[in-house]
Amino acid sequence: MKPVLAVKDLSVTFRTEDGPVSAVDRVSFEVTAGEVLAVVGESGCGKSVTAMSIAGLLPRTATVNGSVELDGTELIGADKRTLRSIRGREVAYIFQEPMTSLNPVFTVGHQIIEVLRTHIGLNRQAAHARAIELLKLVGIPSAERRVGDYPHQLSGGMRQRVMIAMAVACDPKVLIADEPTTALDVTIQAGILDVLRGLRERLGTSIVLITHDLGVVADLADRVAVMYAGRVVETAEVHDLFAHPEHPYTVGLLGASPAAGRHAESQRLNEIPGLVPVLTEQPDACTFADRCPRAIDTCTSSQPQLTDGPHRVACWNPVRERVEV
Amino acid sequence: MRRYLLNRLWQSAVTLVLATIVVFAGVRALPGDPALALAGEDRDPESLRAIRQQYGLDQSWLVQFWQFVSHAARGDLGESIRTGTPVRSMIVSALPVTIELSVLAILIASVIGVGAGVIAAVRRGRPAEWAANALALLGLSVPHFWLGLMAILYLSVALGLFPASGFVPFFTDPVANLHHLILPALILGTGLSAVIMRQTRSSMLDALSADYIRTAEAKGLSPKAVVGKHALRNSLIVVVTIVGLQLGALISGAVVTERIFALPGFGKLTVDAVFQRDYPVIQAVVLVTATAYIVINLLVDLLYSVIDPRIRVRGEA
Ligand SMILES: Nc1ncnc2c1ncn2[C@@H]1O[C@H](COP(=O)(O)OP(=O)(O)O)[C@@H](O)[C@H]1O
Ligand code: SF4
Ligand SMILES: [Mg+2]
Repeated sequence: MKPVLAVKDLSVTFRTEDGPVSAVDRVSFEVTAGEVLAVVGESGCGKSVTAMSIAGLLPRTATVNGSVELDGTELIGADKRTLRSIRGREVAYIFQEPMTSLNPVFTVGHQIIEVLRTHIGLNRQAAHARAIELLKLVGIPSAERRVGDYPHQLSGGMRQRVMIAMAVACDPKVLIADEPTTALDVTIQAGILDVLRGLRERLGTSIVLITHDLGVVADLADRVAVMYAGRVVETAEVHDLFAHPEHPYTVGLLGASPAAGRHAESQRLNEIPGLVPVLTEQPDACTFADRCPRAIDTCTSSQPQLTDGPHRVACWNPVRERVEV
Repeated sequence: MRRYLLNRLWQSAVTLVLATIVVFAGVRALPGDPALALAGEDRDPESLRAIRQQYGLDQSWLVQFWQFVSHAARGDLGESIRTGTPVRSMIVSALPVTIELSVLAILIASVIGVGAGVIAAVRRGRPAEWAANALALLGLSVPHFWLGLMAILYLSVALGLFPASGFVPFFTDPVANLHHLILPALILGTGLSAVIMRQTRSSMLDALSADYIRTAEAKGLSPKAVVGKHALRNSLIVVVTIVGLQLGALISGAVVTERIFALPGFGKLTVDAVFQRDYPVIQAVVLVTATAYIVINLLVDLLYSVIDPRIRVRGEA
């Protein structure tokens, strides 16, 4: 199937006072219609930067290279007008912080109506009715009343539902959810995930789901891309990845027993000793080498590239337990 | 919202009562015996007693206070000792001038201040920001009586663009009225516009880096909507507060400005009354000023709650 979203060799460098920071290095992935792609990795590995660069939302200090094709339209280097017309309409975002992501001085209804009026040109009444419909769609009780509430009158979980309602208002092709449940109580997370699952089933929206939470991945994702230090190091179909992780970093994330994450309720990524490096430039080596238990000589002298096929891995010495079967 | 309103009204009433007591006691505490001042040359005990009786000065303070309050409540503020004119009519003719001058000054200052502040924030690190900052610094550091004099000298006298002094009531001739007031209002508002500009700039910079701005951008809104609506509306909360705090300075500035441009407003009335030891006028002027302060603060608070929904709801809870 032709992908809805095709990211190819995406690189992002920031200009900072301490010199350049390479945040994302030649990241490639594809998302087909109705598919949920999970992007996992430790904090600081470039997940958010990747997400933001898709619709050109990075600050001016960022230099972006590579290609992002949305349904055949190239977005990298597209003019501002084009980008504005796809934001909120074809590509929509949900962010981590429901407490601060909504504007405190406008009603939630108004903030939803704004998207509808900007992109679809609905009149006030139609937009208002549609806003209530959307609030119902994301499971907000007494939506007729809630539509006039200000964000501070809603709980964190309800606000995140409002964010989702706003994101799907124009029925986007791709929904990018950047850690949508990280800031929420465990009890509320399940509800939000149900809403996302429902959207995928009912509207066929493709979702890029950025998360720390392996429980969420097992629950919702079709495929997984594992990122480390700005690179995708492994990508596979979700059950394959949980059953047979090949990259030592993925193995580390999943813990000693690779299958442990599959049914785990809300298991966070495993702690791996060491830190994600902040790189000024991408070295010709494996960036995981100084934390890797399987490192060999080649690892520090040459950069491993992603293999081809359904299960791809970028590693000189991958784990291949399957061979024994 | 109703509850909040009642609450604020109640607070205002208490403040007003306190202000009345302070005004009354303050005037009484001024050095010198008003009866002596009134008697002038004629200082024999008989006429002093007569004067004391006429103005109720022979009564106890409590009785005097009650009379003052009950008269004032009926709108009777007494008569000028100097001219015999009812104080009330003096105030009624002077107040509109000052109100118009101040409102105009606030309007001009808000337009200039908010406009320049937004530009400075959006064009951060470019010549426009530098220019706005320099202007603000100038507006804050140059005393406005001097600015007023310079404006009269160059714009009015040399170029003849504006009348140098005088006043025409709005309902007599609106165009002439604005022509007379625009320059004084601009001068009176310089300090305020500088303060508003700086405040707008810094709160806009805060607002522009907020998460909800990222959301607004991710929604595909135009830069106009992102900056002019989402960011500005949040910045204005702080700006309104600052304007409220600056109103005191504005009112005292109005006194000076009215003097320079010879406007027959409240400032002129006050200054004249103080120089002439016209006690009933002083008392009335201070009371009216205090009332105005309270009313203005109430309005600022209400405006604040209109802009920031979080305040409204807290008042309800
Ligand atoms: N605006 C920026 N300027 C400079 N560096 C940035 C900026 N945004 C992100 N980075 C850097 O890019 C890297 C990836 O960040 P991010 O994508 O936010 O990580 P995460 O995977 O936790 O979402 C980090 O090292 C971060 O410091
Ligand atoms: S390339 Fe080498 S260092 Fe990198 S993950 Fe594979 S084995 Fe470890
Ligand atoms: Mg992130």
